[in-house]
Amino acid sequence: MLVVACIKQVPDTTQVKIDPDTGTLIREGVPFILNPFDVHALEESLRLKDKYGLRATVISMGPPNTEVTLRKALARGADQTVLLSDRAFGGADTLATSMVLASAIRRLSQAEEVALVICGQQTIDGDTAQVGPGIATRLGYAQLTLVDCIEYVDLPARKVKVRRKLRGRHEVIEAPLPALITVTREINRLRYPTVPMRLMAEEAAITLWDNQKMGLDEATIGLKGSATQVRRIFSPERARGEILGDGANEPEKAAQLLLGKLIEKDLLYL
Amino acid sequence: MSPDIVLFAVVIVAATALFGWSCFRRFRLITLGRDEDRFDKIGERLKNTLVYAFGQRRVLRRPFGINHVVLYWSFLILFLANAEFVLHGLFPAYVSLSRLPTGLYYTLAFIFDLASLLALLAVLVALSRRLFLPPPHIEARSRDSFVILSLVAVLMIAFFGVHASEIAQGTEAAARFMPVSALVAAAFMSGAPLDSLVGAAGFFWWLHALVLLGFLNYLPYSKHLHILTAIPNCYFRRLDNVKTQSREEFTAGNTYGVERVEQFTWKDLFDSYSCTECGRCSDACPATFTGKPLDPRLVVHDIKANLLKNGSQIKNKTDRVLPLIGGGQVGSVSEEVIWECTTCGACVEECPVFIEQYPRIIDMRRHLVEMQARFPDDLSTLFENMEQRSNPWGMAPAERTKWTADMSIRPFEAGKTEYLFFIGCAGALSARSRETTRSIARILDAAGISWGILGRDELCCGDSVRRLGNEFVFDRMAEENIKLFTEKGITRMITQCPHCFSSFHDDYRQYGLELEVVHHTELISRLLKESRLKLNHTVDLGNVVFHDSCYLGRYHQIYEAPREIVASVTGRAPIEMERHHSRSFCCGGGGGHMWMEEHVGKLINVARIEQALEKDPATICVSCPYCMTMLEDGLKDKNADDKVRVLDVAEIVARAL
Ligand code: SF4
Ligand code: SF4
Repeated sequence: MLVVACIKQVPDTTQVKIDPDTGTLIREGVPFILNPFDVHALEESLRLKDKYGLRATVISMGPPNTEVTLRKALARGADQTVLLSDRAFGGADTLATSMVLASAIRRLSQAEEVALVICGQQTIDGDTAQVGPGIATRLGYAQLTLVDCIEYVDLPARKVKVRRKLRGRHEVIEAPLPALITVTREINRLRYPTVPMRLMAEEAAITLWDNQKMGLDEATIGLKGSATQVRRIFSPERARGEILGDGANEPEKAAQLLLGKLIEKDLLYL
Repeated sequence: MSPDIVLFAVVIVAATALFGWSCFRRFRLITLGRDEDRFDKIGERLKNTLVYAFGQRRVLRRPFGINHVVLYWSFLILFLANAEFVLHGLFPAYVSLSRLPTGLYYTLAFIFDLASLLALLAVLVALSRRLFLPPPHIEARSRDSFVILSLVAVLMIAFFGVHASEIAQGTEAAARFMPVSALVAAAFMSGAPLDSLVGAAGFFWWLHALVLLGFLNYLPYSKHLHILTAIPNCYFRRLDNVKTQSREEFTAGNTYGVERVEQFTWKDLFDSYSCTECGRCSDACPATFTGKPLDPRLVVHDIKANLLKNGSQIKNKTDRVLPLIGGGQVGSVSEEVIWECTTCGACVEECPVFIEQYPRIIDMRRHLVEMQARFPDDLSTLFENMEQRSNPWGMAPAERTKWTADMSIRPFEAGKTEYLFFIGCAGALSARSRETTRSIARILDAAGISWGILGRDELCCGDSVRRLGNEFVFDRMAEENIKLFTEKGITRMITQCPHCFSSFHDDYRQYGLELEVVHHTELISRLLKESRLKLNHTVDLGNVVFHDSCYLGRYHQIYEAPREIVASVTGRAPIEMERHHSRSFCCGGGGGHMWMEEHVGKLINVARIEQALEKDPATICVSCPYCMTMLEDGLKDKNADDKVRVLDVAEIVARAL
């Protein structure tokens, strides 16, 4: 049985700047990283592999250089990876992305039963948190978002129990398999690859599925299949803040002032 | 006197055979280690052996070393006496001192008599020291030590017994030249009847013979194995300073680092046989000093114990009885111990027989990181940041030029710029060390040096990941740096950080990169000497205490340059702490410890600050950004940061510009 982790390679947004004239992202020279939330989706799938003997499969939709990120997943112990890459997939919003990912998972499930799909709670480039739920809806899987702990998976009984992290409270729920889980960053810590695994991953073959293979209707994928259209990207105007106290010379006074303000604004409860 | 020759021959043959067999069993295990070439440069090696083994240069670094020198040289002399003793016992008609020309006979008799006395006295001093003075470590009072010392004492007493009874009988022609034996004869044997003198001579002769052979056979099973191994260990020592690790080759099927004792090289195993358990490395080690379980002496001892315990299993390729990494018992090193080392090099510097302790710790780190992906949690972020962003904090490359502020800084251009000023991650990214960087920049400009920087293209040198055993990542980082340097045409480099300096100087040389690297303290001192740098006035910084950086000092013997600079700025030499120069005490930041918490014992930086505060400084002068951070933190810990400041050598100079 499979556990499928969906991961995405994103531009390192801490290094992205917005061109003030054109209002577009300056992507040049910005390194790509594995979406920090997906790091935990990957790790959770590896933990389920270790614990329940599921086969860890990692899929990612993106340009061919996404291969680099998939190799990192292999180095950490993923059993197989599939790269979903085609010009036709490009420019997709969350709707069109979930279309491609859901179809890929469906294809995988034809060969081997899928028990769980795991996604990061959101990506740092779009911050929509919609792709996971989109996939679950399309596949008709139980949808468990914002999970910070998988308590157990009961494969014979086809059940999973998780804890969701909601604002100010936790919610523990049980759901039938197959299920889709989106995970928070607190759920785990990514393991480190050993050198033999890294070397193996550098040589390993990465399965590529393009649209010829997937055979999806071009009207439902990529830019054409996207319901969202970006009108403008801009840095929000922000009212100038005020500098409080003298932290460098009178740290205690400054801290007191800050605390007072936070309590006053109801941002801190005592 | 004629002992029963046949009986003696049987005893000799049996004892020698047993000794041979023990040595064979011990030394055969050494051949299980990996290959390593230490057979080059014979002349230089012989010279080293003369100076350090026969000259006992390092032993003499400690006052009590003189006692060892006396014992050692008496032993070398008495080796001749004992050879004569055995051969004479076997072939009395052919071998005898008395058959030598009279002059030589009397001289040797005198020397042997005196050497025996010196040996006896040295043993008595050693025994009293162990009994009445606090020993450097508890094992100094081990049974092993007392057995050996007592054996030697008895051996000497038997020597005097034999000769005194012969003198009393009137059969020793050299009696006049054996003052000690003669004194013993006069004191204890004068007037004794002849047959009891003959009996006494026989008794002492056999006592001498049996203790000698017993001693011989005890050696291979005790720490006194070093009597056999220390001299060759000095011969096979690493001729350069121990400051880098060997490279690893990353191809499928290889293993990395050391998990099993036979993955060490033969020389590493031979090292473990040579340890005299003198405890000098333990005294020098900052981790041991601050109460952590790491003690370099014990690491060496564990390697030996593990080899002995697993020896036959390794040969028969069966399962080990004791893991090398794990801890819990003698012969096994705990992971905690492996992570505690700051690679300060104090152990290696101190060892009288040139054992390389901490490189073995890095070997084991390599195994943990590269084969097991097991390391303290603090390091996950560091490793990730190093790989993703090529700096320890994971900061964006654009941050690397922030230090320039309003200074006009030029990028390095081959042909136009002479030196690359390699800022280093701390110098570029840590707010405090940016001050140092700016000072160096001002100094370089004042001296009219042509220099440029790499700016946001600069990468981390990788020193920390290498010392932490992450050789794979270091290897990749090194390749990238070399590509960058080659593309930019860099041949001369100034570094601000001793770790970058050491890494480019030695680690990168293993990759064929021949850079001319200079640390800022060396360059500044040169500029001052050549009068290219004019100081406008002397600066009063109060009492200035100097703290040596391990990677400049012990690693590269740069001790005087920073001191001379301080002296020329302030008008007087800096004050030394109790531990300084080659005996300096680590700040606690090396070997990747800048990014690790200390969980056990006292904090190393606090210990060092306490040593500095003893000298009542107003300024503590450093030459390394890690020392800067560690010592400033230490000052805060001691609530002394309002009275004392830490300044880099360069900052001190910049004040006088
Ligand atoms: S290098 Fe320094 S910290 Fe490490 S074992 Fe030797 S003395 Fe101790
Ligand atoms: S390793 Fe060297 S310094 Fe340390 S106890 Fe052994 S002989 Fe002494």
